[in-house]
Amino acid sequence: MSQISNAKASTLAPVAPTPPLASAGANWRGSLEAVLIPIGAIIVALLLFGVFCFSQGANAGGVFGAIYKAAFGSWYSFQNTLVRAAPLMLTALCTALPARLGLVMIGNEGALVAGGLAATAAGLAVQAAPPVVVWTVMMLAGMVGGGLWITIVGLLYYKRGVNETISSLLMNYIAIALLNHLVNGPMRDPASLNKPSSYPIPDQKMLPVLWSSNVHYGLIFGIIACVIAWVLMEHTTFGFKIRMIGGNVRAAKMAGLAVSRLGLITCFLGGAAAGIAGMVEVAAVHGRANESLAAGYGYAGILVAFIARHRGLPIILVSTLLGGLLASGGILQRQFKMPDATILVFEGLVFLVVLFSDSLYGKFKIFKEGGA
Amino acid sequence: MNAESIGWWGVPIGILAGAIRGGTPFLLVSLGECLTEKSGKINLGLEGVLLMGAMTAYAISYKSGSPWVGVMAAGIAGAVLGSIHAFLVSRPKVNDIAAGIAMLLFGTGFAFYLGKPFIQPSAPQLPGISLGGWSHLPQIAAALKISPLFVLGVIIAFIMRWVFRSTRWGMQVRAVGDSPAAARAMGVSVSKTRFICIVAGSAMGGIGGAHLSLFYPGAWTEAISSGQGLMAVALVIFARWNPVQCLWASLLFGGAQAVGPSLQAVGINTGYYLWNASPYVLTLLVMIITCSNKRTLAGAPGALGAGS
Repeated sequence: MSQISNAKASTLAPVAPTPPLASAGANWRGSLEAVLIPIGAIIVALLLFGVFCFSQGANAGGVFGAIYKAAFGSWYSFQNTLVRAAPLMLTALCTALPARLGLVMIGNEGALVAGGLAATAAGLAVQAAPPVVVWTVMMLAGMVGGGLWITIVGLLYYKRGVNETISSLLMNYIAIALLNHLVNGPMRDPASLNKPSSYPIPDQKMLPVLWSSNVHYGLIFGIIACVIAWVLMEHTTFGFKIRMIGGNVRAAKMAGLAVSRLGLITCFLGGAAAGIAGMVEVAAVHGRANESLAAGYGYAGILVAFIARHRGLPIILVSTLLGGLLASGGILQRQFKMPDATILVFEGLVFLVVLFSDSLYGKFKIFKEGGA
Repeated sequence: MNAESIGWWGVPIGILAGAIRGGTPFLLVSLGECLTEKSGKINLGLEGVLLMGAMTAYAISYKSGSPWVGVMAAGIAGAVLGSIHAFLVSRPKVNDIAAGIAMLLFGTGFAFYLGKPFIQPSAPQLPGISLGGWSHLPQIAAALKISPLFVLGVIIAFIMRWVFRSTRWGMQVRAVGDSPAAARAMGVSVSKTRFICIVAGSAMGGIGGAHLSLFYPGAWTEAISSGQGLMAVALVIFARWNPVQCLWASLLFGGAQAVGPSLQAVGINTGYYLWNASPYVLTLLVMIITCSNKRTLAGAPGALGAGS
């Protein structure tokens, strides 16, 4: 599959070379295009979803109202949204960071599970220590677990030319099999009967909530990670090198960049972010490792990364929107008798329309320099 | 007669049965993917197509009472999803891998959405073709009761090899996949050829889904596919874009899938969940062994992944 990898730099046109937002002042028409086209795409996706709801006999306006209310309507529901947004921000980085290299990495779910497992094992090992120590150890273990998981994918790509999309996907299934093996065997708490799980993290060592809300520290981790990713990719030499590799691998090699080393570091960082998501799910939500870890946040993270065009700050916004959508799944089921897969249909529609909108860049004269 | 009475023989027989039963969806999906990739595009969305096919086949078989109508409907459902993918990747600047991931989400979501009412009822199943009548062992007879769709897949594999080797149309597809510019110069419509290949490939993927819900495991559930549609992409690389080798590779993968359950059937539970990972590990190993970042793989369509 090497010919695929060699040609990749040129194929990822929609991912890599949109005008860097740093030069916003220089070309405001270009950045207006970069903002308006995704917004337009989301509006079109909403309209299509409205048509879909209508065709299913549900009142489209009512559905949108219910989604809005369940996601952002009150402080209580907004907290639910934020709890779901936190892991999305972190898993999205697992696709977004390697995307700047020109890699399509979809191993988010596996990295989340690997990070969650590592964090659980480490947390249980030091559970007698003070909470801050437990959290730090769990966090580091999660980052290493998730980071190494994606680094393996990167190694296969740079050393053997194995297509990273397929191998990262296979690694998801392998991580889930490993999770099932561990929570049914070596790590199993005999007290967990219906849903085989690891031993629990002691309650007083769980990650606390922020102030007096239901939102846990994972949200802070997510926002910090996205901001770091933004600064790193858009405003440092490291980020510039990564973008250069994504733009043209051969030119980057000619310029003397250590392509595979930089690539592996980026893969590790992406995986580490998803690993933190796994750690947060264990330390703040489930309290133990079990099959609930593989709840689909990884796959939703891919969607977030693509909509946000693989940039750190937009990921925070898109995660919050998608988190709201996930939070409203229950309402659709109860109020409109629409199955929970409705949200999946909606996600798929948004993704399709956003991809289609990639082909529209440069098509509108109004966004061109001096055009109107 | 139960599994214990044939003892350890249960393991190879179980794997053989799994190779044919579990290999059929791999076979049909990988042939579909092979056709798609020969034209120079990748379709990662075949997993969504597989689920949509499984759901449609089951639902239509239940409503119409005829599993064959279900199989046809699955093919049509696959073709419809394929045409969305084909349209999307024909647009400039749209990455076919990303489009595949989108189709995966969309197809899966749609199949789950429409499939909710069909989880309970039981639909008429496809009849099996018994090739094991000569044996007095029920296990062997059961193992050799093969799906008619497996036979269909084998026929398609050989037809595809013939088409690619010796027909004008097969030549055109290969030209489009190897060098779109040259194909255009020959007067072949690149976009039309790709559209046909992607749609036909997706139809095969949909029929592969029909095998899942109408033969083995033989019911519609949301967990019916475990990534077969995605593994097919790796399988095509392993088979070097050769339809007949897709057949052997599919049997190998089907067999790998059956190792865990076969061992469990004879009372070995050690590492049951780890055995579940064997098809994925096998795929990964195959890719590590066959890929290289120094040379182009023999048989790979030249334009694959080149975005043109």
